[in-house]
Amino acid sequence: MRALGLALRFLWIGVAGQMQYRANFVAQLARSLVGLALGLAGLGVVLSNTPVLAGWRARDLLALLGVYTLVGGVIGLFVRPSMQALMRDVHLGRLDFALVLPEDAQLVASVGRVNAWSLFDVALGLGMIGYSALATGHMGILQVLTLVVTLLAGLAVVYSFWLALACSSFWLLKVENVLLVFDDLYEAARWPLSIYPGWLRWALTLLVPVALAVTFPAQTLRGQLGWWQVTGAVAAASVSLWLSRRLWLAGLRRYSGASS
Amino acid sequence: MIALAGVYLAQLRVHLASQLQYRAALLLYQLSAVVEPVVSLAVWSAVASARGGEVRGYAARDFAAYFVVVMVVNHLTRTWTMNEFDSRIAEGTLSLSLLLPAHPIHNDVSDNLASKLITAPVVWALAGVLSVGFGAVFDLSARRVALFALAALLAFVLRFALEWMVALLAFWTTRSSAFNGLYLTALLFLSGQFAPLGVVPVPLREVADLLPFRWMISFPADVLLGRGGVSWALRGLGAQCLWLAVVVMLLAVVWRLGLRRYTAVGS
Repeated sequence: MRALGLALRFLWIGVAGQMQYRANFVAQLARSLVGLALGLAGLGVVLSNTPVLAGWRARDLLALLGVYTLVGGVIGLFVRPSMQALMRDVHLGRLDFALVLPEDAQLVASVGRVNAWSLFDVALGLGMIGYSALATGHMGILQVLTLVVTLLAGLAVVYSFWLALACSSFWLLKVENVLLVFDDLYEAARWPLSIYPGWLRWALTLLVPVALAVTFPAQTLRGQLGWWQVTGAVAAASVSLWLSRRLWLAGLRRYSGASS
Repeated sequence: MIALAGVYLAQLRVHLASQLQYRAALLLYQLSAVVEPVVSLAVWSAVASARGGEVRGYAARDFAAYFVVVMVVNHLTRTWTMNEFDSRIAEGTLSLSLLLPAHPIHNDVSDNLASKLITAPVVWALAGVLSVGFGAVFDLSARRVALFALAALLAFVLRFALEWMVALLAFWTTRSSAFNGLYLTALLFLSGQFAPLGVVPVPLREVADLLPFRWMISFPADVLLGRGGVSWALRGLGAQCLWLAVVVMLLAVVWRLGLRRYTAVGS
């Protein structure tokens, strides 16, 4: 709860900071809408040739696009800006400022930087998921619950992945380019995983965990996710959170600060 | 002309040396360039199999050949001035290049060529791997390859001129990333990058016919793969030249108007 409050506080600071630049508001909104148009146009071109893609109907694909946009929005909101800042701070020794705060340093380093404009993407993603859920008709309370659980589990895994990459900068210098590769691979998550050749499916599941973050929650909207998969997602989230925490603590022990 | 050749030689040497500093990063970027064609290819193979093996004359292996060639053409014709030009204006570094005796566009051209010289072998090797992996079949003849080389060269010049002009819009917009996003989206669908123009809905294709984008990416690929025959290829080359003339004239006008608006640090 305390963590959530802190995240909201930082979010508010980020929003307030960006509200100074009114003209940029229109440009950023336009950018989010262009992203939406891109996704919808892609769907439209594909669906003009076939009503069902690898077993996914139009509204399933829309839900998938919604989850893709939502997860991308959350990454853009907290994860990417904070982790990029963390890598720079480790270089420059500015991580000292996070370490001397009374809060847990991992928490501060993870939500301390915000790109408020990604809220547009979060809203667009939620809208698409909501629309697709309404089009499907009945959504039981259990299904909503599974959706929320798988979304949170997926976000936890993606967050841990970014934290692990950012923590590698305690040992290596200049890993920012690897993050660009993540962005490219994330593009692949806007389509059902089952259309990809085996090696890419494995890469998207194990190497870069976008499958878990995007495909699983979208599967719950189709009602095609069994209990063992939900349990597996929660287990994967717990393990990766624990592992990335160990890595963070190990990195901190190695960190020597700016003044030492 | 001879003076300009000297300028290019010197600038190429500088850019080659400076880009070879970051070999690993350069390689990494090329590897991630594979993702986009593979995604398109997977999507369209799935569509083809949903329709019983073919989408309007394209079977899975035709899609494979198309997207592999489009990846190569896209690499050859890509430019990145659009991403940098607004900060050149904002930070005033444009003033420095205006002081040089050669037009600033030459520096961007040689930067582009240097990067292509280094990365082309990597991209071509990746294209080979993808062709084998996805079973792309090429039926090449000397005439087609010659026409392709000409079409790809014209496509590069046309795209460079057009995107340099789009970059110049930063004189008016100051921050150009939102507009660039719009341009890249239009390019993705109207150039045949996301799907061959033969399989997109008819209204979209009609719009694409009226715009220069398809001549910058899908046209050279179609020429190499022999879609449309020689007379169509010759007409296409004509369309490229026509668009090039239009864009270059516009570019000259926009450059002048833009420079008049430009207020550098200290003026």
